[in-house]
Amino acid sequence: MALEPVHELHTRRFGRNVGIGLALVSLVALVFGLTVVKVTNGDQMEGFDHVQRASVVPEDQGAGSTAP
Amino acid sequence: MTELHATDLHASGPLAFDAAATAAPGDWAGNGGFGDFVALLKPRVMSLVVFTAMVGMLVAPVSVHPVVALAAIIFIALGAGASGALNMWWDADIDAVMRRTMNRPVPSGKVSPGEALGFGLSLSALAVIMLGLAANLLAAGLLAFTIFFYVVVYSMGLKRLTPQNIVIGGAAGAFPPMIGWAVATGGISVEAVLMFALIFMWTPPHFWALALFMKDDYSRAGVPMLTVTHGRRVTRAHILAYTLALVPVAIGTGFTAIGGPLYLTVSAGLNLWFVVGAWQIWQRPEEQAEADKYLVEKKFFRFSLLYLFLHFGALLAEAALRPYGLGGW
Repeated sequence: MALEPVHELHTRRFGRNVGIGLALVSLVALVFGLTVVKVTNGDQMEGFDHVQRASVVPEDQGAGSTAP
Repeated sequence: MTELHATDLHASGPLAFDAAATAAPGDWAGNGGFGDFVALLKPRVMSLVVFTAMVGMLVAPVSVHPVVALAAIIFIALGAGASGALNMWWDADIDAVMRRTMNRPVPSGKVSPGEALGFGLSLSALAVIMLGLAANLLAAGLLAFTIFFYVVVYSMGLKRLTPQNIVIGGAAGAFPPMIGWAVATGGISVEAVLMFALIFMWTPPHFWALALFMKDDYSRAGVPMLTVTHGRRVTRAHILAYTLALVPVAIGTGFTAIGGPLYLTVSAGLNLWFVVGAWQIWQRPEEQAEADKYLVEKKFFRFSLLYLFLHFGALLAEAALRPYGLGGW
């Protein structure tokens, strides 16, 4: 049995859905790219792990100390 | 026949227009195509915003990572587009009356006013927040203020109140290069202010030239353009006055850190041409303009687009030549 011909409304909705899909994928790609750049450049990060943050350690104790 | 007047439709803001929109031909409300939503963003205005914001970013003394620059330009463009959508939501009643705008998505019934409002608001929030994350808070704040200024101050306030609407509203279109500069430097300087002033002073002669040959549209819509409230003679004088005021701003930019000999040469030629055009418009009697179908005014309007494009293009060229020891002072 032949299918019903596609109504113009459905064609229009399909175009809108594809457009929105592409726009969202582009946004995700852009945010991903931004994240990679920000992380690579080290913006707003101190890069310390398992040690005290240099910015909160008093100067007389020495920055980057591993003491608890 | 009763003349359709915008103020009749706009009894209490856009809600009063809902009935007209839903009664529009076709059953499009809620089912507009992707292209109709793109049209809400005013792509042609957006292209000017993208270009001037990009120049503002590239001529700044601080370089921006290409991915951050691309993201910033996209979010600035989205913010500008969102303000266009909100403008179309508010001005649907006027747009329905004017020939130039009656086929826009809202007055033609392809997008409902509520959809345009929701689309504009959500896109505005997305653009401002993302620009803040991608660049800095100053750039995001300037973008938010630009959207507020265009939608609330210009569209909802000034446009229907005063013939100076174009003069003050022009500030909204002048912010993009300043936002681009803020993305790169995190601040505002005299160069950014001059780029703002260049577009700000350019806007009135550009739009008043348009108003001279689109005369029926504005009067039918009840928009108090200078041509409607003060007459065409006064409008012609205003075009000349604002063009003369624009010259020192355009030339003065050439003596700052972003200018140079190339910019100054281009600017001098363009300003001479622009002043001659404004002088011709001022001298022309209305009968002569009607006889040749506003030939000079249309030429001036088209040239004004080239005027702005070439000024910012020359600034970009100066920045591009600088690494080779050729651009700038």
